[in-house]
Amino acid sequence: MSHLLEVKNLDVKFDTDEGRITAVENISLSVDQGEVLGIVGESGSGKSVTAKSIMKLNPGNTSYNEDAEIILDNENVLQFTSKQDLKKIRGGKVSMIFQEPMASFAPAIKIGAQMVEQLLIHKNINKDEAKSISINMLKRVGIADAEKRFNQYAFELSGGMRQRAMIAMALSTMPKLLLADEPTTALDVTIQAQVINLIKDIIKEYQMGVIFITHDLGVIAQVADHVAVMYLGSVVEKGPVNEILKNPKHPYTKGLLQALPDINNLDAPLSPIPGNIPSPLDRPTGCVFRTRCPHHNPEGKDGKIEMKLIEVEPGHWVDKCGIQCGQNG
Amino acid sequence: MGENLISVNNVSVNFDYQENFISKKQKIHAVNNINIKIKKGSFFGLVGESGSGKTTLGRAILGANKISSGNVIFHDDERDYDLTNMNKQDLKEYRKKAQLIFQDPYAALSPRMTVRDIIAEPLEVMKITNSRQETDERVRDIAAKCRLNIEHLRRFPHAFSGGQRQRISIARALVSNPKFIVADESVAALDVSIQADILNLLKQLQTELKLTYLFISHDLSVVAHVCDVVAVMYLGHIVEMGPSRELFKNPKHSYTKALLSSIPSIDPENRSEAIELKGEIPSALNPPPGCVFRTRCPNPGIDCKGGEITMGLTEVEPGHWVDQCCVL
Repeated sequence: MSHLLEVKNLDVKFDTDEGRITAVENISLSVDQGEVLGIVGESGSGKSVTAKSIMKLNPGNTSYNEDAEIILDNENVLQFTSKQDLKKIRGGKVSMIFQEPMASFAPAIKIGAQMVEQLLIHKNINKDEAKSISINMLKRVGIADAEKRFNQYAFELSGGMRQRAMIAMALSTMPKLLLADEPTTALDVTIQAQVINLIKDIIKEYQMGVIFITHDLGVIAQVADHVAVMYLGSVVEKGPVNEILKNPKHPYTKGLLQALPDINNLDAPLSPIPGNIPSPLDRPTGCVFRTRCPHHNPEGKDGKIEMKLIEVEPGHWVDKCGIQCGQNG
Repeated sequence: MGENLISVNNVSVNFDYQENFISKKQKIHAVNNINIKIKKGSFFGLVGESGSGKTTLGRAILGANKISSGNVIFHDDERDYDLTNMNKQDLKEYRKKAQLIFQDPYAALSPRMTVRDIIAEPLEVMKITNSRQETDERVRDIAAKCRLNIEHLRRFPHAFSGGQRQRISIARALVSNPKFIVADESVAALDVSIQADILNLLKQLQTELKLTYLFISHDLSVVAHVCDVVAVMYLGHIVEMGPSRELFKNPKHSYTKALLSSIPSIDPENRSEAIELKGEIPSALNPPPGCVFRTRCPNPGIDCKGGEITMGLTEVEPGHWVDQCCVL
């Protein structure tokens, strides 16, 4: 069976005044229908750039490599250039939920008008139908007084409510793929729990594929089926969520887990990953993690080991250099 | 009372609110009747959702917000400072002893000042040092303690990552040699690996410089890790307070229980449903009478549902205080 989304050998580079920056290098991922792929990593690891590439939303100074493919529903998104084609994916087949819902709604247009507008673009329906679809969707995501909220502005809603409205808007066109970029990061834990449960229910109901981007491993453990761990633009480890969190092989994944305060184990010391994430302008050659790796092997340290994912167990892929390092520590 | 550094007695903070110029003036009850004692050398945690009044309370203790009723006493070695009636001279003295670390290290540092100038500014403003040489010495000293390199001092903030910037903010807060630090969401904007680094640094500085912290955070696992005593706030009230291990192992208030169950577990096999709180925190303009939590409480009793039980903490175990509504 072919995947709903398949990203193959994707490089994303930005041309800036300071030179060409490699934001993402050689990424391959896939998402099936009804599956949640979690992408974790620190800020600057290229999570959002990867997601935006799927909708070709990266800015004008972006260049993709020739042999990269992003196959969505048997079509290569990277080949799309006409507005007509791009419209099909942006908001049609793919929808995105952003971190800060206040910034993603237009402040001076009523929420209802924004929902109707995008429905009219993507669906062959009239205004009244679009309105009833929107109100039903607002009800579905648990907004009380949906008719009243439909006529309100984004600033009149609380943070949790805004995020629900954002989800309702993203889902109303019935996309096949949902990109959720840190959708719960700006929310309080109790509201976060509500939104996570909502997203889980909706995935079950509509059987869409989801890419869930977050830096919170706890959230990943709760929602994802598969996980890809990103560092400085590369995937260093990927596999089923259970495998990655219970049996991590790469020193970076291990480091992330050790740095996380665990409420069930208060005596464990918090061990930070030493050093800082390098600037993408001087991306290390070879293994990108070697400048911060606590137990690098001599060859990895010199950058002589090329990045390459190797399958260590069925479905569990780890970077070659990381396997050796992980065994040492 | 020799061992307490801060006593907060029946403190309330109200703000005036007027929706527009013709509507009636209303009062926002941001913080209501709070009593806490912060022991010398402790790491006191304050948790709660946004809008619960944690920051307002923290600022009130620093003298940055007006206290509407009650008082805050800072017990220094030689004398006590009463924040509610303090003259300008005393306030200046107090500012040297109590400092704040902000949440966002990107917004807190002026982009046009070098790191040296940023750290030295409090010394110059408070006129603590007498010569440039003395200032430089103290800046270098505190920078080393916060693990900044000497060559970093000549650079501007844009050259630094989030974690390094937060270390600069910490150095600036500590340069006047304070005894009391309010850390308001100081690790919330950082990545986990850097967060662990900053938390370890705060702990280490605490022993080295004999500091007392008021640590404000919405992240319960962070608070559980670093704090000795924790107070849980909801809509301007403390609903539960106690030694952190006791509180996290044996929470009594339904709000604390719900908060704890909402933390996403790192174990993928443990996808237990959180105790889901319905709705959102009510507006502080007209908080519900009686127990403020009753509108969202998953298992309210008949009495508290009607709002007949007033807010008030009861000691259920030595040092562990719970709002009486949830104990009854």
